[in-house]
Amino acid sequence: MISIDGLTKIFRLNKKDITAVDHLSLSIEDGEIFGVIGYSGAGKSTFIRLLNRLEEPTSGKVTIQGKEITSMKKSELRVARQDIGMVFQHFNLLWSRTVSENIAFPLEIAGVPAEERVRRVKELIDLVGLTGRENSYPSQLSGGQKQRVGIARALANKPKVLLCDEATSALDPETTNSILELLVNINKKLGLTIILITHEMHVIRKICNRVAVMEDGKIVEQGDVLNVFLRPEQDVTKKFVKQVMSSSDEEELENFLVHYTGGKLVELTFVGESTNQALISTISKKFEIEVNILQGKITQTQRGAYGKLTVQLQGEDAEIARAISFIENETSVQLEVIQHAN
Amino acid sequence: MLTNLFPNIKLEDLWEATLETFYMTSISLIGTFIIGIILGLLLYLTAKGGLWENKICNVIVGAIVNVFRAIPFIILILLLFPFTKMLIGTVRGPNAALPALIIGAAPFYARLVEIALKEVSKGVVEAALAMGAKTKTIIFKVLLPESLPALISGITVTAIALIGYTAMAGVIGAGGLGNYAHYFGFMRRDFDVVFVCTIAIVIIVFVFQFIGDFISNKVDKR
Repeated sequence: MISIDGLTKIFRLNKKDITAVDHLSLSIEDGEIFGVIGYSGAGKSTFIRLLNRLEEPTSGKVTIQGKEITSMKKSELRVARQDIGMVFQHFNLLWSRTVSENIAFPLEIAGVPAEERVRRVKELIDLVGLTGRENSYPSQLSGGQKQRVGIARALANKPKVLLCDEATSALDPETTNSILELLVNINKKLGLTIILITHEMHVIRKICNRVAVMEDGKIVEQGDVLNVFLRPEQDVTKKFVKQVMSSSDEEELENFLVHYTGGKLVELTFVGESTNQALISTISKKFEIEVNILQGKITQTQRGAYGKLTVQLQGEDAEIARAISFIENETSVQLEVIQHAN
Repeated sequence: MLTNLFPNIKLEDLWEATLETFYMTSISLIGTFIIGIILGLLLYLTAKGGLWENKICNVIVGAIVNVFRAIPFIILILLLFPFTKMLIGTVRGPNAALPALIIGAAPFYARLVEIALKEVSKGVVEAALAMGAKTKTIIFKVLLPESLPALISGITVTAIALIGYTAMAGVIGAGGLGNYAHYFGFMRRDFDVVFVCTIAIVIIVFVFQFIGDFISNKVDKR
């Protein structure tokens, strides 16, 4: 378990104090993928660098696997860092070394004997899918391949924790997905805890179990990814959720109200299992109504699916009312009437 | 035909002078390389935000480097006469030129080393720190290998400056092509000797430049 208690970092810039991370407390379970999301300047980059003390905290405590990182001496910290892998936005590979040599670097630092290094490097190259590129130099690799080297290097000393500092932010969407899949894969295979920071909700949605939203150095909201998607409380969170859902836009709703008159406009929210139900066809068979889908999106998270549909229900008022009460009472789908038709 | 064109050249003298120039340049280059790297590393590591951040040390090393770079070489040799005499036992001959050559060139190279090290990506150093690397590991496995092409092109530039310095040292008795051109050419008004020495020096410069460029390209995998 990783526990963070009252972690604070104050930078002194031009005789002014800037609080990058402000009394932040958090606990992260073993084996989970924990995401921290925030806009640039929210302090998330500083936060992740405080965890392995690349940045010295001003105050507060970080404990990883029962070892208090913040109270360690330099020499102890060096050893502890070998158990904490880190992946960077800009990969930070040594261009003077080949793929194999880059992956071997942390092993050299940890004093692993040469034969063992060769064996371990081969394993890692297979794990991240770079077989055949062992002797290439970083300059000969694509961004995605470079990040695979970065990940292999971070995993070399079999760490318990992997810190990802915007690991996919420099990659295109397709490559991002393949790197995210790799991260989920190693999380399952090796059971290691992953903490990642990002500004893309897509990344959180795709691989995280839990998420914390950061703003002005504080965590303003945290919880299960699905819950945060479902009930975003803070404005920042709502904005992030909108990034991947892009629904319930005020303007769009207005638009619907003008163009789709008659019947009722309702918003259906699907969470988890309910996404698998054939709700639309059920109600249109069961009741004498027409269902007109106006807008919607279903998205997959690590804890099940989540989605919203905006539909227009047309037919006799009584029939519509019966359909609505059926959805509300008999299914797990949440329903919100947006506007009663005239 | 050559004897007609250059009547005053004695081939064995020219050859000996060339070898002396080569000798002075090579030995002083090795000394300059080692001292320059050490000073450059000190400048880089003790600078603000560096691994050994230390303002006092940085200012002192910076001042030494700047002072020795500011002294014109011809004056530096004269200034170092007592020191050379103590160290080598004489102020004449190729060996006597070495202390002045190294002291003159090392600060220059130190600045080039500092610039080369500053070009190494901060992220790579940070990655090594995150892996738990010691400073020694960072110096020998990150900083120096990652800046190698720049270190080599820097030493090439320095080598060429050193060839110029050896000629100056030659004029005040250190031997080599400068000495040969001055005493056997200029003083005797035998300008063919001066001319041939110039050609020899230009060839040496080209050789150094070629070797430097070749190695620099070879190690650059960016």
